[in-house]
Amino acid sequence: MPDEKLTRNAAGRMVPTEVNGKEVIPYKGVATHRPTGVRAAPSVATCIDSPDSGDKTGPDIKAALKAAGIRDGMTVSTHHHLRNGDFVANAVFAAAAELGVKDLMWFPSASFPCQAGMIEHMENGVIHHIEGSMNGPLGEHCSYGKMKGVGVLRSHGGRYRAVQDGDVHIDIAVIAGPTADPFGNAHGLTGPTACGLLGFALADSQYADKVIVVTDNLIDFPCIPWQIQGNYVDFVTTMESIGDSSKIVSGTTQITKSPDRLRIAEMTARFVRDTGIMRDGFSFQCGAGGTALSFAIFLMEMMREANVKARFVRGGSTQYLTAMLEEGLTDYILDGQTFDLEGVRSMRENPNHVNTSPFTSYNYHGKGNFAPMLDCVVLGATEVDVNFNANVVTHSDGKLLHGIGGWQNCLASKCTILPIPSFRNRIPVLVDEVTTLCGPGELIDVVVTERGLAINPRREDLLSAVAGSGLPVRPIEEIKAEVEAFCGGPPAKPDCEDRVVAVIEWVDGTVIDAVRQLKVK
Amino acid sequence: MSRVGQAGRKGDRVRSDCWISVEPRDSGGVSVTLSSIVDAMYGDAIEKDVVDGLATLGVPHAAVEVVDSGALPFVIAARLEAAVRRAIPDLSGELLPDALEWTKYGTTRDKFRRSRLYLPGDQAKLMINAGLHGPDAVILDLEDSVAQSEKDAARCVVRNALLTVDFHGAERMVRINQAPVGLDDLEFVVPYNVHVILIPKCEGAEHVTAVDERTKAILEDRGIDTPVYLMPIVESALGCLRAYEIATASPNVVALAIGLEDYTADIGTQRTNEGRESFWARSQVVNAARAAGVQPIDTVFSDVADSEGLMASVLEAKSLGFDGKGCIHPRQIEVIHRGFAPADAEVERAKRIVLAFEKAEAEGLGVVSLGSKMIDPPVVKRALRTVELATASGILAEDWREAGGEDA
Repeated sequence: MPDEKLTRNAAGRMVPTEVNGKEVIPYKGVATHRPTGVRAAPSVATCIDSPDSGDKTGPDIKAALKAAGIRDGMTVSTHHHLRNGDFVANAVFAAAAELGVKDLMWFPSASFPCQAGMIEHMENGVIHHIEGSMNGPLGEHCSYGKMKGVGVLRSHGGRYRAVQDGDVHIDIAVIAGPTADPFGNAHGLTGPTACGLLGFALADSQYADKVIVVTDNLIDFPCIPWQIQGNYVDFVTTMESIGDSSKIVSGTTQITKSPDRLRIAEMTARFVRDTGIMRDGFSFQCGAGGTALSFAIFLMEMMREANVKARFVRGGSTQYLTAMLEEGLTDYILDGQTFDLEGVRSMRENPNHVNTSPFTSYNYHGKGNFAPMLDCVVLGATEVDVNFNANVVTHSDGKLLHGIGGWQNCLASKCTILPIPSFRNRIPVLVDEVTTLCGPGELIDVVVTERGLAINPRREDLLSAVAGSGLPVRPIEEIKAEVEAFCGGPPAKPDCEDRVVAVIEWVDGTVIDAVRQLKVK
Repeated sequence: MSRVGQAGRKGDRVRSDCWISVEPRDSGGVSVTLSSIVDAMYGDAIEKDVVDGLATLGVPHAAVEVVDSGALPFVIAARLEAAVRRAIPDLSGELLPDALEWTKYGTTRDKFRRSRLYLPGDQAKLMINAGLHGPDAVILDLEDSVAQSEKDAARCVVRNALLTVDFHGAERMVRINQAPVGLDDLEFVVPYNVHVILIPKCEGAEHVTAVDERTKAILEDRGIDTPVYLMPIVESALGCLRAYEIATASPNVVALAIGLEDYTADIGTQRTNEGRESFWARSQVVNAARAAGVQPIDTVFSDVADSEGLMASVLEAKSLGFDGKGCIHPRQIEVIHRGFAPADAEVERAKRIVLAFEKAEAEGLGVVSLGSKMIDPPVVKRALRTVELATASGILAEDWREAGGEDA
C-alpha cells in the first residue's frame, strides 16, 4: 500500500483512515463516538422459497454453498463454538476451493490452530483476507505481510456490532449445529460434539443473506431449545462429524500447578474480598485459563468462609463455576461459552445456567449490555504499560498471535483486574508502551503480578479500600523496574515495515491501533 | 588446540534456560550463531553478552552456538562459563555477574528457620521467584537434585544466582556435595554472601570441621569477616549416634537437621507416614541440638499435593521439639508456618510475661514477677521468642503493645 493515509487517533496511535478500501473512523476516546444512521438488514425472504415440509436438507456443504449462490469476493462466516476441534470451517473453504471461488473474505468469530489450513487457501487465492481473529499460525502468516487484504480484529461484541451496523455484510453464514432438525433449528446441548451454546452465531443467523446449518446429529423437528432459530436458516446439511469432541470441551479443566500463578490467583481473590467487591449479591466474570480458574476456586473458598453469595457469575463456564451454582454460591451463571463437559451438562439440566450471546453481553451499539453491570472481571494480557494500557493480540516481538475475544467488552466492568506474571521467560510483561494497544488504561484498574499488585492511580477508591489489608500494593513503575533489572533492561522494540497488516477495532467500531508487518531477519 | 565445550539445556520443553556450545579457536575472533525465542527483544543483548563474556574469560577466538529458551542474563553467563570450562579444563578466569543490591543482606544465628525451600542448583527457572513465597530460607542445592554430569555447571548457576537473584530476605543457604567435591563447591559460594552451608550425610565432627576450616580459609583469603554458618544434616545411624558431637563441632553450627530418606534406608527399613521407624532418630537429633544450643530441623515432606498430611507432619515435628521443616514446593511454606505458629493461649501468656519483664527492666528490678509468681529467666527468654514467632507467623501485630495491652 504505497499511498496509505495515516492519522493519529485519540490514543496517540498512527492508524490508517481506510481499510480494505473502506473509510474507517479513528478511535476518539472511551465513550465518545456516537453512531448515526440505521441498522443493517438482510434482504427480505419469503416462504415461497422454503419447502412447506420444513425439510431444508441437502446433500453436502458444497451443494449448500452452491445453492446459496457463492461467488468471488463474497463474505463467508463461521464460528468458534467447536473451538480447536472444529471441522466445519475447513470443510467450507475446501468446498469453496473445489467450486473454484476466489477472493472470499473469511469472517470467523474466532480462529484456532486447527484452521492453519486456511493459509493454503490464502496462498491460492480462495481467501482474500480475514476479519475476526488471527490466532497462532494465521497470525504469524498475517504478521509477515502474506495476507492480501488488511486483517480486522474485533471483540466478540465488536463483531456483533459490525454486523448490526452494516460494517460487515455477511453473504453466507455457515453455522455448526451439534444438534439440529431439518428446519434449521439448532442447539449445542447434546450430540457427539455438544459444546453448550451457539451464541457467537446469533448475529450471522439474523443478518446474513444466506444461512447454512451443518450438523452431525440431525433429529426430527422440533429441535428444542432452538438456540438458532430455523426461521433464519436457508439450508441444512450434514457431515459425518462436525468436530473432534476431545478438542471442543475438555473432560476436566485444569487449575494451575505453578506456584507463581497460584500466588497471583490467591492475591487476586484476596483483593476482591478485601476491597469489599465480594459481598452479597455481587457478580464477577473470569475465563478458563489456569490462573483464572484458580482465582475462582480461591474466591469460592472465601465466599464460603464469609457466607457470601453472588447474584450471577459470567462464564465461560467450567466445572468450578458449575459447582458454585450447584452449591448455591451464585443464583445464576450467565454463560458465553462452555469449556468442559460439566459446563455442558449443567447448561442442559439447570435452568439457572443461562446461555447468552454477544448481543446481550457485549454489543456496544445496543440499549446497554451486561458487561458494565459486573462488579469485577478477571482477564489476561500479553503486555501492560505504565499507563495501564494493555495488549492482548500481539507479543512483544510484534507477532500477531491472539484474537481479542470478549476482552475489550469486559473492560466496561466496575473493576477490571489483570492477573498476569510480571515476566514470561525473559520477557517483561510490564512495559513503557504496549506493542499494540487493545484496551485503554483508563478502563484497566488493577494488575496483579507475583511481585505485587499495581492499582491504577485513577482508582483512589480501590487504593483506599485495600489500605491495611496487607496486600503488597506497589506502583506499576516499581514492579517494572525490578523485572527489568534481572531481565537485562527493557526489551527492544520489534523491527517493522511501514505497511499495516491488521487493525484493531475498539468496541464502538473506531480504529484504536494498527499492527505492522514484521521485517524478515 | 582444544575441544568443544557444551553446557545447558535445549528443546521444546525447556524454559528460562539456554544451551551453549563453545569451540575455542586460534584466530578469527568470536562468531556467534544465535537462535532465541526472545530474539526480537534481546537478540543483540545476548550476542554482546557472549562476546564480552568470552573476553572476560580470556577466550578471544571461538565459534559459539547459542540456543536460547528465554534464559536470564545470569543463566546465560553461567552456561557460557560452564561451556568454556568444559572446553578448557584449566581455565583460570571466571565470569561473574555484578552483585545486585538486593542480594546484600545478612542473617543471624537465631533467625527463624521454620521453612527452607529446596531449589535444584541446575534449574534457574525455579530460583527466580522462590523468595516471593516467603520461606525463611532458600537452599540452592548442589547435591542430590543435580545429576552427576552437571555438578560443574550447577556451581556456576548457583554462584550467579547468589550474586543476582532477589530472595526477598530469605536466608541464603547452599547444600554442598559430600567431600571432597563438596569442599571445592565452597569456592563457588562462600565468597558470595551465602549465609548457611548445609553439610549432607554428616557422620562426625571431622566432616563439620573440614567444611568450617575451608570456609574460614576462603573468607580470610577474600578479607570477608562475616561468618558463614553451618547446618549439618544427619542421614545415617552413625550420624544420629554422633549427633551431639556434630552439633558442637564448630561454633558456626546454628542448626542440626535430619534427612529421613537415607536414614531409613541405612537402618534397613522403609519410611512410613506414621514414622515409628525414625522416632528415636528424630528425638536424638532434637535432644542433641538442644543440648548444643542449636536449632533442630526436621526432614522434608515429599507429597506436594497432600497439604493435610503435611500439616499433620508439621504438628508432629513441632511436638517432638523441632523448630523447622524442609519443603520442596512453595505451596508448602504457608502450611509449615501455620503449623509452627504458637497457640493463642501460648501467645497470650507470653505477652503477659514479656510485659512483666519490660516493666521490671524499666523499674530496674532484678526479678520478674507475674501476679504472685516469680518468672525464671529461661521462661522469659522463651516468652520473648514466642512473641517474635507469633509476629513472624502473622498472628500477632508488630505493635501489639499499643494495640490494647495484656488483655486485648
